[in-house]
Amino acid sequence: MSDSEKIDNTRRNLIVATSVIGGVAGAGAAIPFVTSWWPSERAKAAGAPVEVDISRLEPGEMKVVEWRGKPVWVVRRTKEMLDSLRTVAARLTDPDSKSSEQPEYAQNEARARKAEFMVMEGVCTHLGCSPQQKGAEAKAEMGGDWTGGFYCPCHGSKFDYAGRVFKGAPAPLNLPVPPHAYLSETTILIGEDRKGA
Amino acid sequence: MSGRLLAVWDWVDARMPSLAEEYRKHMAEYYAPKNFNFWYYFGSLAMLVLAIQIVTGIFLTMHYKPDASLAFGSVEYIMRDVAGGWIIRYIHSTGASAFFIVVYLHMFRGLIYGSYRQPRELVWIFGVLIYLCLMGEAFMGYLLPWGQMSYWGAQVIVNLFGTIPFIGPDLALWIRGDYVVSDATLNRFFAMHVIAIPLALLGLVVVHLLALHDVGSNNPDGIEIKKHKDPKTGHPLDGIPFHPYYTVKDIVGVVVFLAVFCSVLFFAPELGGYFLEYNNFIPADPLKTPTHIAPVWYFTPFYTILRAVPPLFNSQFPGVLAMGLATMILLFLPWLDRGTVKSVRYRGTLYKAWLAAFVVVFLVLGYLGTEPTTVWGQFGFDAFFLDTKDIATWAGRLCTVIYFLFFILMPWYTARDAARPVPERVTP
Repeated sequence: MSDSEKIDNTRRNLIVATSVIGGVAGAGAAIPFVTSWWPSERAKAAGAPVEVDISRLEPGEMKVVEWRGKPVWVVRRTKEMLDSLRTVAARLTDPDSKSSEQPEYAQNEARARKAEFMVMEGVCTHLGCSPQQKGAEAKAEMGGDWTGGFYCPCHGSKFDYAGRVFKGAPAPLNLPVPPHAYLSETTILIGEDRKGA
Repeated sequence: MSGRLLAVWDWVDARMPSLAEEYRKHMAEYYAPKNFNFWYYFGSLAMLVLAIQIVTGIFLTMHYKPDASLAFGSVEYIMRDVAGGWIIRYIHSTGASAFFIVVYLHMFRGLIYGSYRQPRELVWIFGVLIYLCLMGEAFMGYLLPWGQMSYWGAQVIVNLFGTIPFIGPDLALWIRGDYVVSDATLNRFFAMHVIAIPLALLGLVVVHLLALHDVGSNNPDGIEIKKHKDPKTGHPLDGIPFHPYYTVKDIVGVVVFLAVFCSVLFFAPELGGYFLEYNNFIPADPLKTPTHIAPVWYFTPFYTILRAVPPLFNSQFPGVLAMGLATMILLFLPWLDRGTVKSVRYRGTLYKAWLAAFVVVFLVLGYLGTEPTTVWGQFGFDAFFLDTKDIATWAGRLCTVIYFLFFILMPWYTARDAARPVPERVTP
């Protein structure tokens, strides 16, 4: 447009206003599409607690159950396993689980309501892989000072028998302890902590 | 053309003259430098692979079921029961790797001949966006067979977004549509893989080519052929029409490419676990991570960069950021290069040394990403700075640093580089 032509400001303002309002409406139309990606009501409702029978768990044995689509480990720890928790403390990132995720009643050395039973989400705090159990006998593979625990195959994070992460691993925090409660001597409820130990 | 056919053509041309116009502009009268060499096959090959992927993809969707309980079985159904299903699926899976091979070579061509330099910055930027789209397309496609690697690969990659400060966990939840990778995730990845991203890819390919044909192709000498035009015709003296000269040349490339492609397709479609990982022949199990997980080969350089960065401030985000920057930094290449010449042919030893280092480092990063971090053993000594004694992790760190220095120091070393004089006209 040449300088000599006079700009009709009324018309221009009308065009600008129409474009802005049209743009807002267009952006608003994206809302249902964006929100459709949130978990559906069905997905939200699927997180019910699960019961685990531990009566037949041998000392040292591990049981994997599914809770909210995630693996939860229940390990009946032996005395050696529990003793190893003390010896490794100096090599851990967060030995007292100060920044890690667990219910209040599990913020102790064994990270459990009852030290004998470990209840742990088997999901690495790095990028969500599921670590594997490596017993104390795996020294050749895990290093001479290995006293047993868990090893994440994805990026090499190592955890002790209370899910506490060793220094130098990519995982920043200890494995999370899910809320859990003892319904009886032989049954654990995972996903709710309504009853005490 | 015979008389009747010509009459039909005239009828169309009278009603839609842009058809002939576009044909002339992009084919018969698109003047490309006459000194194109081997490296110039990969652009047209990328288009060929795109076409192959679209055609095989369409036919795969006719038998595939995007449902977590049916997906794995439907892929096996395609492989065993659908007539010709196995070959369609193997063409598609081999095509995915072929796409990346061709695109990496195509990008390398741009790198060595300075094809990203002024006035071709937009061509390069559209190209990088195509590459990013391709990575998204490949990642989402890999979830669809719902094997162990599909599942755990998606779990890891989606959780990468979860490390972003503040919004991360919600963002990861939003992408998955569930608290873990699940049926909801599979279904939306399917939609993205077969509709959304292919449309974006096609659009980007169109603007990539339009931008290229506006400024004209670069060449192995990195000089502008438009500087010397025939005064009578106005065509560049060193240019030849794309059709028939380069269409015919590209057919040679297509034949050689298809020979290699078919060898893989028929004799080694899994290519020793590099094109299709063995763990992906096991159905997804959300309770058990495979003992060794690694992405498919084309992601491994960036995966090594991710693994190389140690967590800072209790967060893995720095590694994710480094991985993201490693791809994004390509967008800035046109402005990082301050060299007086475009082509590696006339660059000095300083640039060539950096380029060689970059190539080596990229290949080492790629190799390390396919292996566990323990692949090269451990250092036999203790040192206070060693947070891990895995030699491969430290090699990955060294390579990561060199990878970034190649870009960050580029303004410095390209400006100091002793370039040789560039000829006026292209050399044979």
